[in-house]
Amino acid sequence: MNDVVAARAEPVRPTLKPIRLIDEKGAPVKGAERAGFTLPSPEVLLGLYRRMVMARRFDVQVTALTRQGRLATYPSALGQEGCEIGAVSSLGENDWLFPTYRDSVALLTRGVPPVQILSSFRGEWHMGFDPYEHRISPQATPLATQALHAVGLATGAKLKGDEVVALTLLGDGATSEGDAHEAFNFASVWQAPVVFVVQNNGYAISVPFSKQSHARTLADHAIGYGMPGYFVDGNDVAAMYAVTSAAVQNARAGGGPTLIEGLTYRIESHTNSDDPTRYRSPHEVAQWRQRDPIARLETYLRASGALSDALFDEIAAAAEQLAAATRDAMNTEPVLDPLELFDHVYATERPALREQREYLARELAAAEPAPADVSSTESISTASGSIA
Amino acid sequence: MTIVDRTALGSPAGPTPAGSADSGSADSGSADASGAPHPAAPAPALISLSIAGALNAALRDALADDPSVVVFGEDVGPLGGVFRVTDALHATFGESRVWDSPLAESGIVGTAIGMAMYGLRPVIEMQFDAFSYPAFEQITSHLAKMRNRTKGRVSLPVVIRIPYAGGIGGVEHHSDSSEAYWTHTPGLTVVTPSNPADAYSMLREAIASDDPVIFLEPKSRYWAKDTLVLPVRTAPMARAQVLREGADVTLIAYGPTVKTALEAAALAELEGLSVEVVDLRSLSPFDDETVGASVQKTGRAAVIHEAAQFGGYGAEVAARVTERQFFHLQAPILRIAGFDVPFPSPKQEEHYLPTAERVLAALDTWEW
Ligand SMILES: Cc1ncc(C[n+]2csc(CCOP(=O)(O)OP(=O)(O)O)c2C)c(N)n1
Ligand SMILES: [Mg+2]
Repeated sequence: MNDVVAARAEPVRPTLKPIRLIDEKGAPVKGAERAGFTLPSPEVLLGLYRRMVMARRFDVQVTALTRQGRLATYPSALGQEGCEIGAVSSLGENDWLFPTYRDSVALLTRGVPPVQILSSFRGEWHMGFDPYEHRISPQATPLATQALHAVGLATGAKLKGDEVVALTLLGDGATSEGDAHEAFNFASVWQAPVVFVVQNNGYAISVPFSKQSHARTLADHAIGYGMPGYFVDGNDVAAMYAVTSAAVQNARAGGGPTLIEGLTYRIESHTNSDDPTRYRSPHEVAQWRQRDPIARLETYLRASGALSDALFDEIAAAAEQLAAATRDAMNTEPVLDPLELFDHVYATERPALREQREYLARELAAAEPAPADVSSTESISTASGSIA
Repeated sequence: MTIVDRTALGSPAGPTPAGSADSGSADSGSADASGAPHPAAPAPALISLSIAGALNAALRDALADDPSVVVFGEDVGPLGGVFRVTDALHATFGESRVWDSPLAESGIVGTAIGMAMYGLRPVIEMQFDAFSYPAFEQITSHLAKMRNRTKGRVSLPVVIRIPYAGGIGGVEHHSDSSEAYWTHTPGLTVVTPSNPADAYSMLREAIASDDPVIFLEPKSRYWAKDTLVLPVRTAPMARAQVLREGADVTLIAYGPTVKTALEAAALAELEGLSVEVVDLRSLSPFDDETVGASVQKTGRAAVIHEAAQFGGYGAEVAARVTERQFFHLQAPILRIAGFDVPFPSPKQEEHYLPTAERVLAALDTWEW
C-alpha cells in the first residue's frame, strides 16, 4: 500500500472511566472525564436531539408493528440512540456506513426511507435500499463480517485518492469474532480511513459482556493493533458525536483507523422472539432507563435554553408524522414478483437458471385460475387424509 | 490495452492450443477481442509457457490494461507467491497494485469485497486449497450473495485464485479439492484450467467478469508447458471443450484429471476403445450442451475427480447428465474419484489419486 512505513501511533491507553461531556443528570461535565473533548455547539446538539427523538419514535413504532405481526422480526436499538446517532452523525455525504441488523435507526438518520429499511425485516427481500445512493452497505447479519468490508472499501477509496471514510458499527459480542480482529489489524496495517464503533450494550442475545471479554474495556483492543482507542459513555450523544467526529477527521486526514467503544444498554429484548427475563433482572433494566440518552440531552438543552416548549412540540409532532408514515407503509402489502428470485444471482445469464425460472413461471400460471379457498380445502383434506 | 495485445489477439496465425475452441468462438467472451491486427507490429512470438507462467502473464496484462485491478494476498508481493504465479508483479506495478496483506484469509476476502464495492477488481490468492476455509463465511455469505441481496446494484468482481488438488507430495492441508463447496454456492462462478492457454485466457476472462469467480489452479499441473502466443484467447470459460474425439465413452474431467483422462483414452485406444475426453473448464456454470452432445454420441460417461466421491462434484455431473440424457445412456454413469478419506500423506497419495489404470478398470465394470 504505502511504500513509506507509517509512524506507529504512541499507544495511549483508553481511560477507564468512559469519556463524558454531559452527565446522567443532564449537567455539563468539567475536567478529566472529558478527555480533552469539547461540547458540540447548541445547533449540533439540537440536531442530535431531533434525530434521537425521531429514531426512538421509529423504533417504538416498528417494535409495535412487529408485535402485531406486520414484520417478521425487528432488532430494536431503544436506549442505544446516543451511540447510534452520535456515531453516524459524524459522517459526511461521501462517507460510508457499514451497519448491522441492530442499526436501522442509523439508516433512518442517513435518510433511508422506512419502507426501504424495513424491506428485509418484513421478509420481502434481503435488503431494500440502494447502497450507492445512501453509501450504506446492507445491514450485516453474520457478526463482524461487515467490518472487513469497511476496511476494504476505505482502502479502495484511499488507493483511488478519494477522501472517503468508512464507519462500521459492531456489537460487543461481535468483537469476539475473528473477523473483528482481522478488520482491526488490516485497518491498522494499511492505515485505512476507518472508524470502528463498538456498541457495548451489555449482551450478545443472553450472554453478558463478562463472558465475552476479559479486557478492561473493548477500546483497549486498539492498543494491541497500534491504533487509538476511546472508551465513551454511549448514552451521552454529545460525547459519542465529539469522539467519533474527531476519529472521522483523523481518518480523513490520513491518520488511519480508530476504535471507539460506546457503553450503552439495549432496553428492549434482542428481537421480538427473545425473552430477556431469562437472563437479566428488571432492576437492571430500570437502572439503565434512568440513564436514557434522550432525556439526558433534553434536560441539558432545556436548562441551557436551547430547547423551547415550541421546538419540543414541533420535534414531537415530526416524530408522530414519521410513525404514521411508517405505519401506513407497513400496512400496505408489498407486491412481490416470485420470478425476481432468479434475476440477480449472476451478472451473466445462466441457461440452467433460465430453465428454473420458466418452471416457476409455469407453476404460477397454472396456479392462477384456481380459487384460493378450493386449493386450501384440498390441502387440508390431503393433510388429514395422510394423518389418518 | 497495449499494441502487443491487439496484435496477438487479432492474429489468425496463432496456434490453437490444446483444449481451445476454434477461433470463431474463441473471442466471443472477450472484451479485448475486437482489436484488429496492428499493421506495424512484429509477428507474434510462439513461446513455451507453463500454466504458472501463463497465469503470471494474465495477471501482468490485466494489471497493465485496467488500473482498477489489484493483487494482494499472502506472499504474493516481492516473493511472487509460493508457486511464483505473481512473480515480478510487485516490482513492475508497485506496492499500490500488488502487495502482501496480513496473514488472514477471511480478512483478505472480506477486504476484497469492500474494495470491489468501491470499484476495484481485486485478484486475491488463497495460498493453498485448505487455507481458504477461514474465508468460507466471507465467500459464501457475502461474496456469493451480495448481487442477489442488493438486487443487482452491487457487483463484486473479485477473483479468488486457489491452488488446489494433490500430486505434488504436499503435507496435510496442501492437497484438498474443495470445488464442491464452491459449486454448491449460488452466486459463484467456479472454473479450473487444465492447460497454459486456458490458464491465460480464463484468468483474463475471470478478471473481466462482473461475477465473483473461484479460480482453481491445479497445482500438480503448474509446470506443464505448451507452446502458445500471448495474449491467447481460447473458448469462453463457461464452455466445456472436447479435447479428444471418440465414439464409445465420454470421460468428463477437469483441472488435474484432464491429464489422467487423456492418458486413459490413449491406453484404451490400444484396447480398441474409442474414448472422447471433455475438459469441463467451468464447474459452475456446467456446460450441459457440450457434455450432453458428447454423451448422446457415445452413450456412456464417466467423471473423474480427485475430491472424495461422496457428495462430490461428480455426483452432480452424474445426476444431471442422467436426468437429461437417460434415453441415450447404455450404462450408469461412473465416478472415478478420491476415496472417502481425508487426503493422505505424501507417501500414500499415489493410492488415493485416480489414475488412468483406475479409469480403465472402472470402464471394464460396464457390460459392453
Ligand atoms: C457469525 C454469527 N454467529 C452467530 C449469529 C447469531 N446472533 C445474532 S445476533 C447475536 C448476538 C450479537 O451480539 P452483539 O454483537 O453484542 O450485538 P447486539 O445484538 O447486542 O447488538 C448472535 C449470536 C450471527 N448473526 N452471526
Ligand atoms: Mg451486544
